[in-house]
Amino acid sequence: MDKILVSPNPHIHSATTTKVLMRDVVIALLPAVIVSVVFYGWKELLVLAVSVLSCLAIEYLITRYCMKKASTIGDWSAAVTGVLLALNLPPTTPWWVVFLGALVAIGVAKMTFGGLGQNIFNPALVGRVFLLISFPTYMTHWEIPQGLFGVDAISGATPLGAIKEGLMQGASVPDLMASHGYTYSQMLFANIGGSAGEACAIAILVGFIYLVARKVIKPWITLSILGTVAAVSCIFWLANPAQFTDPLFNLLTGGLLLGSCFMATDYVTSPMSIKGGIIFGIGIGFITLMIRYFGSYPEGVSFAILIMNSTVPLLNNWFHQKKYGRA
Amino acid sequence: MAKRTFSIGGVHPADSKISRGCKLEYLPIPPTVYIALSQHIGAPAKPVVTVGDKVKVGQVLAEPGGFMSAYIHSSVSGTVKSIGPRKDLSGNNQMVVEIAVEGDEWMENIDRGDTLVTDIPDDPKAIIEKIKLGGVVGLGGATFPTHVKLSPPPGKVCEMLIINGCECEPYLTSDFRTLLEKGEQVVIGTAIIKKALGVAKATIAIEDNKLEAIEHIQKVVNEFKSKGPEYSGIEVLSLMKKYPEGGEKQLIDAVMHRQVKSGGLPIDVGAVVDNVCTALAVYEAVQKNKPLIDNSVTVTGECFPKQANLIVRVGTPLNYVIDYLGGVPEAAAKVISGGPMMGKSIANLEAATMKGTGGLLFLTREQTKRMPESNCIRCGKCAEACPMGLEPFLLNRLAKAGDTDALEANAVQDCIMCGCCLYSCPAGIPLLDIISQARGQVMGIMRARTAAAKAAAEAAKAAAEAAKPKSE
Repeated sequence: MDKILVSPNPHIHSATTTKVLMRDVVIALLPAVIVSVVFYGWKELLVLAVSVLSCLAIEYLITRYCMKKASTIGDWSAAVTGVLLALNLPPTTPWWVVFLGALVAIGVAKMTFGGLGQNIFNPALVGRVFLLISFPTYMTHWEIPQGLFGVDAISGATPLGAIKEGLMQGASVPDLMASHGYTYSQMLFANIGGSAGEACAIAILVGFIYLVARKVIKPWITLSILGTVAAVSCIFWLANPAQFTDPLFNLLTGGLLLGSCFMATDYVTSPMSIKGGIIFGIGIGFITLMIRYFGSYPEGVSFAILIMNSTVPLLNNWFHQKKYGRA
Repeated sequence: MAKRTFSIGGVHPADSKISRGCKLEYLPIPPTVYIALSQHIGAPAKPVVTVGDKVKVGQVLAEPGGFMSAYIHSSVSGTVKSIGPRKDLSGNNQMVVEIAVEGDEWMENIDRGDTLVTDIPDDPKAIIEKIKLGGVVGLGGATFPTHVKLSPPPGKVCEMLIINGCECEPYLTSDFRTLLEKGEQVVIGTAIIKKALGVAKATIAIEDNKLEAIEHIQKVVNEFKSKGPEYSGIEVLSLMKKYPEGGEKQLIDAVMHRQVKSGGLPIDVGAVVDNVCTALAVYEAVQKNKPLIDNSVTVTGECFPKQANLIVRVGTPLNYVIDYLGGVPEAAAKVISGGPMMGKSIANLEAATMKGTGGLLFLTREQTKRMPESNCIRCGKCAEACPMGLEPFLLNRLAKAGDTDALEANAVQDCIMCGCCLYSCPAGIPLLDIISQARGQVMGIMRARTAAAKAAAEAAKAAAEAAKPKSE
């Protein structure tokens, strides 16, 4: 001992760092990633690779050459955005479209605000919505998963899209469900057309349970989204089952699980307090359903989360946690 | 059933109580001691000895320098060599009495025998006087003069005495060893304090990582029930291990489900909290006439070759303690007085122990490394960890903006400096460093405002007095 260190307390630190937390999110996404690759094959692998590598490269270049500071890709947050973006896209998306999505997600939604922790909107969702608006053809070209070794790709609409279209043509929900042959077990375990990450509800739930068990996230936001969607769609469905889809269908389709488990719970763009989080979740659930039922898009989770992202500073101002000794 | 604990925040650092198996052991008396005149909260004591005086163990060296102050006794026998400034563990000058040790001659009225004295004096006033004469101060860290704490201001009633045996700081084990080896004395001390306060109920609260201590104290309490009415109403309570359970406010919340209002005192909610070592010191002062001249110190750390729980004479140089156990290890980078969460890092190893010194902890550079700071990711872990329910991320931001009004509105002054926020921040933001500075600033502003209001009220009163004869 040649020098004695002197510093204020505390003298020890928890082992949980930003890197550990973000890496846990990537680990939690692995089941969904693996399932999507198994279902969609090498095309999905390409989307994932392009998305993750582009996100890392873009963040590296921006931090090193625009912001002129040390690279922040080591914190794993760019990787999280990359995986989430890929899971939010159809597996057939061309590589350059994926790259543009990554550019908007990291370059615009994240780094222009100052990087991790500073952004208002969830970067992956901004990327996805940018692509949805700019390249509707690519973004709504869904494919029914044929498995790793499937050859003949079958194009089709997502369940929500198919139902919406059918309803506009005057058919009723039960008829449409029957004619498309949608079953809940199919939605739970595999494959109903949609974004890669929506392929298997169970895979997403496994990741969610991992995050909650590792104390990376609190379950309140997710539960309040799912609860709101279930409750509100139940009211509509009971009122008119011919016109409105049932709660279980709404919970299992349209990326609701992916969004509520992984995107709405993003630390940076969600409220800090439990109360704020519950209101945030109720807002997302309600807006999602309103878009699905009455909007022109068949799916509403992305928009709902982005809209509620904008209320986060307000929610943080309104709801504080209970202080000791101050009633 | 869920374990009892405090209701807001808290963290779970690794226990690291590697010295828990080390029995209390008397450290040999050093050749020279340096006894500080300010070893308690409040005014420094006034010396009553002069250079050249021969003193005995337990002889008064200094008298209280005010209402909030305490007696200081000689911990050794010998000759007063000097009274003057000497650097303390932070390197600041402190008035100390330097005594060259000669033999070990104690004051005649001190009972040095091991016999337990279980009969408790009847008069609370006499008890408190003896505690005062024994120079007893709170040994949980704050060193609040105990006789002051046991004399609640008029109108305040104590409903429960809480004896704090949580020892929630990692590494420290001196309270644990005291409970195990001097449990009888602690229980008698508890009964004495209970008597002094005139309170019916006392709770000895111990965290559940010290099961042996819980069992032992429970056994002693049961045995002592027959010894007199003072021994009834003492309960042993097992609490879930969580830092900072031993914080006075958190402990009151855990034990009584009551919260002390901001700026208030425990007595406002009917509580008095004393540490187990304080209870032991009270026993020794009241039953054995032995003033507070030694205290137990845990010496530990993974890099430290020899763990120990030592009973050390007050004023022993830290060097002497460390050399006795083999010297500072090569791997150590930081030496801490106290635990790793709230302890103070020592800048000067020549400083001497004080009444409140509870531990010497050696940490390696790796163990005490601060992470490089990165962006706040708004995870809210700091707010979740804060046992006062504050929002450290917000206070940090407000402090950087210099917004003292908003800092006060967000209760920065309630911070207890426990370190949970900095400990838990995944981005390595030095939250407590910044918050404690802001806290000091805001408390200064609040004090100035109170003083100004008081001065204004007095001026108005004086003006009214002056105007009175004219109106008549």
